[in-house]
Amino acid sequence: MTFPALTALTLLPVAAAAVLLLLPRSSATLPRITSATLSLLILAFTLLLWVRFDHTSGALQFQERHAWIPALHVEYRLAIDGLGLIMLLLTAIVVPIGIAASWRTEKRSSLYFALVFLLQACMFGTFTALNFFHWFIFWELSLIPAFFLIRVWGGKLAGRAATQFLVYTMVGSVTMLLSFLAIYLATGTFDFIELAGRGDSFLPGVAANLGWQHVNPQHLALVLFAGVFLGFAVKVPLIPFHTWLPAAYSEAPSGVTAILTGAMSKMGVYGFLRILLPIFAPQIHRLQTSLLWITMATIVLSAFAALAQHDLKRIFAYSSINHLGYCMLAAFALVRTSDAGLLPEQYAAFSGILLQVLSHAITAATIFWFISLLERRSGGTRLLSDFGGLRRIAPVFAGLMGIALFSSLGLPGLNGFPGEFLIFKGTFPLVPWAASISVLGLLITAVFILGVIQRVFTGPLQPGRAVVPDLTSGERISFAPVVALMFVLGLYPQLVLGTLNSTVISYVHQLRF
Amino acid sequence: MSTVQPTYSQLLSLAIPQIILVCTALLVMAIDLLPLRRATLSTRFTSAGILGSIGCAAAASYIALAHPNGNLLGGVLLGNAFTELLQIAILALTVAVLLLSSGSTFTRHVGEYVLLILIATVGMLFLVSTQDLLVIFVSIELLSLSLYTLAAFNKQSRFSWEAALKYFLFGGMSAAFLLFGFSLLYGLSDSTSLSEIAAHIHGLSPLLVIAIVCVTVGLGFKVAAAPFHFWAPDIYQAAPAPSAAFIASGSKVASFIVFFQLASIGFAGAEGAATWGHFVRGWIPVIAVIAALSMVLGNFVAIRQSSVRRLLAYSAVAHAGYMLLALTAHTQQSLAALVYYVATYSAATIGAFAVLSIVEAQTGSDRIGDLPGFSRREPVLSFCLAIFLLSLAGIPPLAGFFGKFYLFVATLQSSRGSMPLLWLVILAIATSAVSLYYYLRVLKASYITAPETSAARTAIHVSGQAIPRAVCVLLAAAVVLLGAWPSLLLQPLITALPPRF
Amino acid sequence: MLAWTIYISFFGAAILLLLPKRAASFARCLALFAATSSCGIALAAFLRHRTGEFFTIVDKPWIPSLGIQYHLAADGISLSLVLLTGIVAIAGVLFSWNIEDRTNQFFAFYLLLIGAVYGVFLSYDLFLLFVFYELVIIPKYFLIANWGSTRREYGAMKLAIYSFVGSAMVLVGLIAAYVGAGSSSMSLDKLAGFPFSAHFQMVAFPVVFVGFGILAGLWPFHTWAPTGHVAAPTAASMLLAGVVMKLGAYCCLRVAMTLFPLGLGTWSHPVLGITSWRETFAILAVIGILYGALVALVQRDFKFVIGYSSVSHMGFILLGLMTLNLMGLSGAIIQMISHGLLAGLLFAVVGRMVYARTHTRELAALGPMNLSSALPFAAVTFVIAGMAGMGLPGFSGFVAELMIVIGAWRAFPVLAVGVGFGILIGVVYVWRAMQKAFFAERRHELPPPHPLQPITVPEKIAAALLIASSVAIGLYPQMVLNIIQPALHSPLFAGLRQGGW
Repeated sequence: MTFPALTALTLLPVAAAAVLLLLPRSSATLPRITSATLSLLILAFTLLLWVRFDHTSGALQFQERHAWIPALHVEYRLAIDGLGLIMLLLTAIVVPIGIAASWRTEKRSSLYFALVFLLQACMFGTFTALNFFHWFIFWELSLIPAFFLIRVWGGKLAGRAATQFLVYTMVGSVTMLLSFLAIYLATGTFDFIELAGRGDSFLPGVAANLGWQHVNPQHLALVLFAGVFLGFAVKVPLIPFHTWLPAAYSEAPSGVTAILTGAMSKMGVYGFLRILLPIFAPQIHRLQTSLLWITMATIVLSAFAALAQHDLKRIFAYSSINHLGYCMLAAFALVRTSDAGLLPEQYAAFSGILLQVLSHAITAATIFWFISLLERRSGGTRLLSDFGGLRRIAPVFAGLMGIALFSSLGLPGLNGFPGEFLIFKGTFPLVPWAASISVLGLLITAVFILGVIQRVFTGPLQPGRAVVPDLTSGERISFAPVVALMFVLGLYPQLVLGTLNSTVISYVHQLRF
Repeated sequence: MSTVQPTYSQLLSLAIPQIILVCTALLVMAIDLLPLRRATLSTRFTSAGILGSIGCAAAASYIALAHPNGNLLGGVLLGNAFTELLQIAILALTVAVLLLSSGSTFTRHVGEYVLLILIATVGMLFLVSTQDLLVIFVSIELLSLSLYTLAAFNKQSRFSWEAALKYFLFGGMSAAFLLFGFSLLYGLSDSTSLSEIAAHIHGLSPLLVIAIVCVTVGLGFKVAAAPFHFWAPDIYQAAPAPSAAFIASGSKVASFIVFFQLASIGFAGAEGAATWGHFVRGWIPVIAVIAALSMVLGNFVAIRQSSVRRLLAYSAVAHAGYMLLALTAHTQQSLAALVYYVATYSAATIGAFAVLSIVEAQTGSDRIGDLPGFSRREPVLSFCLAIFLLSLAGIPPLAGFFGKFYLFVATLQSSRGSMPLLWLVILAIATSAVSLYYYLRVLKASYITAPETSAARTAIHVSGQAIPRAVCVLLAAAVVLLGAWPSLLLQPLITALPPRF
Repeated sequence: MLAWTIYISFFGAAILLLLPKRAASFARCLALFAATSSCGIALAAFLRHRTGEFFTIVDKPWIPSLGIQYHLAADGISLSLVLLTGIVAIAGVLFSWNIEDRTNQFFAFYLLLIGAVYGVFLSYDLFLLFVFYELVIIPKYFLIANWGSTRREYGAMKLAIYSFVGSAMVLVGLIAAYVGAGSSSMSLDKLAGFPFSAHFQMVAFPVVFVGFGILAGLWPFHTWAPTGHVAAPTAASMLLAGVVMKLGAYCCLRVAMTLFPLGLGTWSHPVLGITSWRETFAILAVIGILYGALVALVQRDFKFVIGYSSVSHMGFILLGLMTLNLMGLSGAIIQMISHGLLAGLLFAVVGRMVYARTHTRELAALGPMNLSSALPFAAVTFVIAGMAGMGLPGFSGFVAELMIVIGAWRAFPVLAVGVGFGILIGVVYVWRAMQKAFFAERRHELPPPHPLQPITVPEKIAAALLIASSVAIGLYPQMVLNIIQPALHSPLFAGLRQGGW
């Protein structure tokens, strides 16, 4: 029997959490060093998986399949293809960044880091599960560590923010659950791959088994689609389901925000790509125009909102919505046509999504890492107006953070560029009007990021404003690999794309509508 | 009338238990008046009680060993397995009452007291072994007169002899009814034997109707069924504890058996029916209505009582209602159920009175409000009280539950398949559900409420109650045993049932 | 061997009653030993009979003249519920480790209650089942009335009377069925196999179902539950809400639905749009779900929130029973187990961890005490238990509710929507209680009037035991489904299967 790599991967963070909980409470440094080490170990394991991944095949690999609850047609089925692999990788990268950003957490730090690892375990679980029951368990369980991380270690309005986060996500989960129950009643299976394979043929099942004789099955399918859509739309998030995000991201401690934006939001994107698109492609095709309008609204409005913010965290919270909006644009554009002539464009779009997901994770997490440092050094403030002219007193800091900010902007040569480029390359031919309007988002992003750079780093050193010392050598060493990674991915994206190519091809081919 | 004239010795042989009892009674009187005249009250009561018990035990062993068998003069005096069982049960209950009285202090006339108990027992023994109107009447009177006197024995209490006077007047009037009914029956059939009477009844003549009503009034009084129950609360409350226990137990056994036999043998052919919606004239609908009335009235009035003894009285009315259900069914099974029920009911009642007598000795009152603290003073006795009351309520695995269950089953079985008396059974089950409330109230006071009234707080331990306590424990054990293994009583009962009906 | 679960509990109770009052720690250890050994026996039987087939434990004649046997047997359903009882019993004993007042009596009643519950689950003869079912009432009463808190006497009496009324209704149905089937046997399979007329079943089914349903918290007969559970001491609430209410539901399935399956069929003419008893009870169940959830939402007393949530969760079980398909019935049984564990846990947190320390249950008063940092273990446990109760995946509640919703959708699509609402409201009220009690906004932090004792080791062990069981079932429900589903396919339920599964 082959080694159950994916189960092991999911259990590693749980074991790490257990180790942390058993540490003596007295020491302050022991928890953080232990967690950093353990998170790097997990990253190493994930890289091992990356290396052993067969990049010539687009099929599911590392599959584990056991009967679990035959009475409900629930199987214990784990597997990943390139899509899952990239999600695992970005989670494994983001968590050490988040831990580093939380380096100075004082209050009950071992519990804090334990919760972080539990969150990572839940995320690994959702990225590898292929049966709804199992997947849903992890989807829901991830809310608990996130809630407590925001609530207990967060800012002044953390209570409300955490509650809002939980309530929104729960409502979405409930609609998703109900829709999937209906799908189960209609088709008799909870398995994602099987459901994807049916394409439009789950409609007869809906008509036959759901007992609502007088309702048009097409309409019923749309209702089911709406239920599942809502669940993911809240998570990504898409406007207008995003209102929980700015409060949650800004009230949470910055390390937690790094993980939320870096990895948790990707759960939503993954959900769209793994679940919604394959199963409901016909419905998306029918509703494509409305969905694209929602996406465009997301991209453009969030960018404008970011422009209007004064709090650094809020700026990048909205920026996060904006960046993921591009992924959603490409995702919906994929379902434009089954004309073989546009296949290369579809490949490009999908590859763009995968790259964008990885790069946004790294970039956004790193930015929040920097913000955490700023916050701590300035004594807790993070308004734009509190900083100025930091380039003079903290040049290394300014330089490194500048690189991250430029990457977020999409400067060629940094990791933000290839993803966005591919996305636009792919979507322009598919949905030209939507892509054109979305370019506006790019422009506004450039504006506010440059604005941040200007307000925080350039300009004269104002009296009465925060004095931020430069990075220590330890911090420089820790930032170095991340920044280097940004350059590497920006200059040589083939490193990642090479492994993912086969997945891209087989995914696009399997989209039937 | 049978043509075979029995010899005197045959008559005597069937009456030997009664003779033993009479001799014991005289002996007790003698011993009490002569050697023990200067002994303390408790010694006198104890020795009289023990002596009386020995006499009863002797009578019971005679019955068990010698099996007096026979049928004299066409039912005037009977002896068969069934009567043996009944007589042994009655004697056992009498023993319990006698031992219970050994702790009493309410009278100086000990010998007379025990004598009257024993004489009453003689009356009961005759009652269950006869099927002749005259013997029935004489035995009932023997029993009743003794009971009237026993009830009035506590001369220090005004309430005691007031209650006894009421009992006597009521009883006298109902005896008159009974006699009138009997004379009508004789007139209708030219015989005093129950089976001959039945042979001469052809349908319901007006005279028969009057006879049935009169007999029902007379016997209804004896068993304390509503609306003839008004003597019961006062007697239960005011009579001395052993007397009340005796009235509530042994005489009930005998009276119910007589009632059953009178109705099912004597009035056979005039039954009628009490199916819901299809009442047919006869004695069954009368009994059914009385039963329903007793169950409802007894249970609902008991809820409002604040005196434990009155509560027991009203519950006795309710239980009389349940037992009358057996009459309405008038089958062999229902007779067995009746005997089981009334025997276990009596045991539980004697036990309850035994505990109450100790409570009264300690606090001086029988109010529910004065009970709190009892469970801490007397854990064993309050546990026994719990067993008795829960058996009366019908909680398994106590005898009362099985008694009710068997009774209801037998009532429903009366005519195969159609279950005509279902409404009565439903009423019985419903009202017995209500009964749990007032029994639990007493237990709540005993176990849970903190002592508040002055009587409850100043209760004292009273010495010299060893024998009544032992009686309580034994009776409680019997109630539990018979509840968990009903076959112990049921098997002999069913094999002993007379095959007549 | 399984019968020893009953005997050990009863012997333990008897020994505990005889212990002197000062032996509190010995009493606790003895109770723990009894509970653990019974649970161990249950677990051994659970592992041994993994195929869930029916097997007889004991079958001896008891009252041969009535055809009543002492017949204990088990199948998959009974085994899983017996195991549930064992686990909750251990947890209850551990959570009552701190009781000082009359410890031996407390644990004696507790063990008596547990023994009777085992008895109900293992009985195969309906008379025996009824005996054990009634036996549950009295220990319940005393546990609540003696050691309870808010309005304990009223709550205890209400609970006892409601339960007794319910059993009275059941008794009517059982006796009617027994007599109707020829009074030959009270064995479940013989009575289930007897072809009662459809008319008879149409009347008997609702009577017996409602009779058991009262104990199961069927709306609108549920009003005893919140009062009773709030009044009860923690261990009693755990057992009452966790296990005793399941007795009602189990007997609904095992007795009412098995004996009278035709009673679930369609009526000849619909009443108010409802066409059968099945629909009636399904609607009542959904009303119960919504009602319980909505009322829990506005409660100010923490324990009342949990009390009403029990009513809501029992509604799920009753709905699952009425779906008459394999999915719904299996879901109902898993929900019995799941809610048993989780209700126990929730009451334990509220009663033992919080109330026993803070002496208040008002949500508004608990908020400022900052319990999440004063009692972190309690907060974490409540969060886990509350989320599990809401139906968080990974715990047993999710699997159960999932199966019930699927089953309900197949049977009553319209009602399934109501169930969905119920689940949503369920999330909200748990959330609200959790927020207010543990995670209130720290506007003005008042330290509690006296320092709060830390959570003791027995409490931690018990909480861990319950959580682990819930998680085990949540992650691997197949281990329970493996023995339940063969049991549902047994010939006993043949009559029900006409409904189709």
